[in-house]
Amino acid sequence: MHLQKPKGEVSPLSSPAETTASTATEVKVDATRDAMVAAIRTTLGACVVETLVKPGDDIWVRVTTESWCSSIQALKDAHSFDYFCFLSAIDWMPSPYGRGEDDPSEPAPVRDTVIRPGYTGGDTRMQMLVRLVNSVTHLGINIKADVPNDSFTVDSICTVFAGANWHEREAHEMFGIGFTGHPDLRNMYLPVDFEGYPMRKDFPLLARMVKPWPGIVDVEPLPGGTDDENESPS
Amino acid sequence: MTILNDPVPAKLGNRQQLSYIASQAADARLNVELETEGMTLNIGPQHPATHGTLRIIARLDGEQVVWAEPSCGYMHRGYEKLTEVRTFPQVTSLVNRIDWLGSFANEVPFILAAEKLMNVEAPPRAQWIRTILFELSRIANVSLFLGDLGVQMGAITPVFLAFRDREYVLNLIESATGGRFHPNFDRIGGLKDDLPAGWIDETKVVMKKLRNFCDEIETLLFGNEIFQSRTRGIGVIPRDVALQYGLSGANLRASGVDWDLRRDQTIPLAYDKVDFKVWTHPDGDSFARCWIRLQETREATKIVDQLLDGIPSGPVMAKVPKIIKVPEGEAWVSTENPLGEMGYYVVSRGDLGPFRVKIRSASFNNISITPWLLRGVYVPDIITILASLYFILGDIDR
Repeated sequence: MHLQKPKGEVSPLSSPAETTASTATEVKVDATRDAMVAAIRTTLGACVVETLVKPGDDIWVRVTTESWCSSIQALKDAHSFDYFCFLSAIDWMPSPYGRGEDDPSEPAPVRDTVIRPGYTGGDTRMQMLVRLVNSVTHLGINIKADVPNDSFTVDSICTVFAGANWHEREAHEMFGIGFTGHPDLRNMYLPVDFEGYPMRKDFPLLARMVKPWPGIVDVEPLPGGTDDENESPS
Repeated sequence: MTILNDPVPAKLGNRQQLSYIASQAADARLNVELETEGMTLNIGPQHPATHGTLRIIARLDGEQVVWAEPSCGYMHRGYEKLTEVRTFPQVTSLVNRIDWLGSFANEVPFILAAEKLMNVEAPPRAQWIRTILFELSRIANVSLFLGDLGVQMGAITPVFLAFRDREYVLNLIESATGGRFHPNFDRIGGLKDDLPAGWIDETKVVMKKLRNFCDEIETLLFGNEIFQSRTRGIGVIPRDVALQYGLSGANLRASGVDWDLRRDQTIPLAYDKVDFKVWTHPDGDSFARCWIRLQETREATKIVDQLLDGIPSGPVMAKVPKIIKVPEGEAWVSTENPLGEMGYYVVSRGDLGPFRVKIRSASFNNISITPWLLRGVYVPDIITILASLYFILGDIDR
């Protein structure tokens, strides 16, 4: 089938320059989401640090660490965000091990480990992330909050959404985040005596540390391109 | 976006009242310490009713469960960590293994999230074929559930019918993608390949067979008196509890929430081109959940039939660079997978691979309700309730 395809009509490959030119889009307005963000700002007041609306896509709201639980309760009560989708955390520190493609016999390269937060900003390394959805209007919202660098502890939202229980247990064992008020922070996946927090960026993926990743040869350099980091190891 | 639900929780029905009374009785035993010589029952991790390696620890008082807790992690593979050291195109082969009965459906939301960040949209033909394969994996997945349901209650016949008819669907998936269980067929910007010759006619024949299978199961199993008495009024989940625990898919619709991500969100798939019914059930018990899945399999065959009739021509791949670098940003995409809402929160740093991927799998939320749900039920009902919640172990542990 590969061989019989007409050439020219379908060309899956093109230079990167072609796609970047077409990404310039017109400014869109999303009245529903803008109105929702305005309403949330009124409800939560000073608890809101920053908001972001991507038209036709999603809402991001960052609240203060202290108001993490109460803000979510208020959003559930006042704006009927009653469907708990997920809770997780993000470690914004770039991994000192890169993507695990270093040759273990060579000295480790120096990497940029400056923390840059994502949408709606942030001042800490770890951030909480919760997604709630209104089960009637089906409008979703992503709520973020900073996790203090010194204690790595936030309030538990188990009292607001009972379903957050397991998600917080997962975040606790994977990121080492403490949840004040959680009834039972046992490990879900890992053995009881496991040391370290696997999803933190500074936790090395040991399989990649001891042996070079063979999959790197999958990425072929572009003809004429000068993408040095994609060169396969000799 | 339409407003379809009644936001006020419905009054408790008879069945819900009975279930509520049972759980209250279990609580009372614990609180008043009327508990007699209780025992701890360990189910699994190797048990035929656990579909893999789920272990359930149940504290019993007589025949009644007073406390139960599933113990996960026997199949944790750390996909969220592994995605951070893969390139974007490589991730699909990982996420294929999350829900292994409907693998193609796992790839789609991730690819859509990457496409959203790249501002690329697949050509119409690719979108239609994606939707067809998506529904085929739903049929393959849920038809096995319908057969397996009988086994949990001692009926052996349905599972043979299910394996027989699922094979037709797997053959279709194999002939289109090359993989029976793990297609790895979806690409950023489209699909790996076009459909083979004669595939459309073959699929229509199979869809007819699958509708017959649904009829067969309905008369054989759903009309069965034993099946009904084992599932009706058992494991009732009220609407607000289902929402609180983030139940999704058939489990949520069985509790009366009219919400289907295929219909209720704008997504670059061909669902807006077809006409299908979203079934809901007011009871929220085990029977309702099984019944919804049966109806969904029927609807899925109809969706596939409609899509096959109107499939547009054209390329199956958009213009994307050979080395895919996804621009910086964050994106959330979820789709209505066979097990429920499956979504990916993808954070990209303009690199070859994702910076962070949060995999929101349906079974994790669906099974997190079990400590609440199993309180007060009788031991044989544990098996039927777990079967009706329908989980895949790879989808819980990831």
